[in-house]
Amino acid sequence: MKSIITEPMIPKPFRIHRKLKETHDTYTIELESTNGADGFPFSAGQFNMLYIFGVGEVPISISSDPSMPKMLKHTARSVGTVTKALLNLRRGDILGVRGPFGSHWPVEEAVGNDVVIVAGGIGLAPMRPVLYSFISHRDKYGKIILLYGARTPEDLLYKKELELWRGRFDLEVKVIVDSASGNWRGNVGVVTTLIPRIQFDPLHTVAMICGPEVMMRYTLKELQNCGIKNENIFVSMERNMKCGICLCGHCQFGPKFVCKDGPVFCYDHIKELFGKREI
Amino acid sequence: MQTLEPYLAEHPFLKGLDPHHLNIIVGCASNVSFDAEQYILHEGEEATNFYIIHQGKVALEIFTSDRGPITIQTIGEGDVLGWSWLIPPYHWHYDARAIEPTSAIALDAKCLRAKCEEDHDLGYELLKRFAHVITQRLEATRLQLLDVYGVH
Ligand SMILES: Cc1cc2nc3c(=O)[nH]c(=O)nc-3n(C[C@H](O)[C@H](O)[C@H](O)COP(=O)(O)OP(=O)(O)OC[C@H]3O[C@@H](n4cnc5c(N)ncnc54)[C@H](O)[C@@H]3O)c2cc1C
Ligand code: FES
Repeated sequence: MKSIITEPMIPKPFRIHRKLKETHDTYTIELESTNGADGFPFSAGQFNMLYIFGVGEVPISISSDPSMPKMLKHTARSVGTVTKALLNLRRGDILGVRGPFGSHWPVEEAVGNDVVIVAGGIGLAPMRPVLYSFISHRDKYGKIILLYGARTPEDLLYKKELELWRGRFDLEVKVIVDSASGNWRGNVGVVTTLIPRIQFDPLHTVAMICGPEVMMRYTLKELQNCGIKNENIFVSMERNMKCGICLCGHCQFGPKFVCKDGPVFCYDHIKELFGKREI
Repeated sequence: MQTLEPYLAEHPFLKGLDPHHLNIIVGCASNVSFDAEQYILHEGEEATNFYIIHQGKVALEIFTSDRGPITIQTIGEGDVLGWSWLIPPYHWHYDARAIEPTSAIALDAKCLRAKCEEDHDLGYELLKRFAHVITQRLEATRLQLLDVYGVH
């Protein structure tokens, strides 16, 4: 996908149009271009470098609908200096955007197949654009199953949308949390335990996983046990980033660069690297 | 009781069991059902049964004085509930509450323990199957303990 930014190292100013609280530490911010540009074309799974002036820059996945490029959304969790500063910004404040960067989820390649999406924690954010794409071309796919794990019911992202998706007869959505108080009626346990509970055609299924690496490792094992082939499993990797355009080497992952070759990788292409300690 | 046999014979937990052993298990089994919110077992009580969940959802809870009941796991169709009946002093270590109307097959613990003492092959088969369930739960618990979604 061609970036609208001609100089990939120069951030373009965007204004915060809306800021929506998702959980106690996570917000979705909606951005609009300050120069009234047409929009911001991107593919599901790509990320932007968001620059908070005077503080720093962080890679954050785009969490909005790729078919609505005028509404650019990012869902970010406050974990450190830059993300805290990002989420302290208010409506009307300006930040810098570079992107979109990186590879995308295999939305086209999955046509005609069942799709199993497994997301953990903030990992649902880069998955939301994929879900939007699948929903708007629903007849092109077999079963679409979303398995989503979070820490507690209070940590679930996109609660209203999850309810809407769960209400659809053509999507199967299962949510699970690590622990909950007694009044939670949903599932409790780890997201991998949901996999034996779903039915799909393993030979014609594309699986997409996004979450903490340890969660992805166990999810992979479970999906492989079900018979999904490595070449049909896709994972999204995270590494520290600086340039976002394969210049600085910060995001190196063995012979790959997460900013250019990733963040979405076919598992078959990285199976020798995945989970290796020295990488 | 006869009607339970085909279901138990096909259940993943018991599949492949020698027909003679399956007959013994069927002899210790009965159908039970629980309303939503009904407690199936309580921490500290004697483990008189274990259950194979047929339909519904059950929360395994630990009661804490400051936070009330905390759900540590939910189980559903096809899952096995409880292994405390196998391990002395045969007391439950948590509460189990149906959070949806739930039907299950209850297996009488005293009856099965006696049969396992008489027939060690049956005991070994059951222990192997429970070891598998316990390993899966242990693996899941370890992942939960890692708090993978927390900020580290
Ligand atoms: C391709 C890509 C896409 C990403 N998409 C998103 C997204 O959509 N939303 C989002 O919130 N984050 C996303 N991240 C992660 C985000 O970039 C980091 O959280 C951010 O860079 C942290 O910077 P900081 O200055 O706030 O924290 P730092 O000061 O760098 O770190 C502070 C503390 O937070 C911990 N920390 C750092 N990163 C993470 C993390 N990812 N998870 C848990 N703990 C962490 C560090 O170990 C450290 O202890 C993405 C990362 C990549 C590489
Ligand atoms: S972030 Fe610089 S090479 Fe990837």
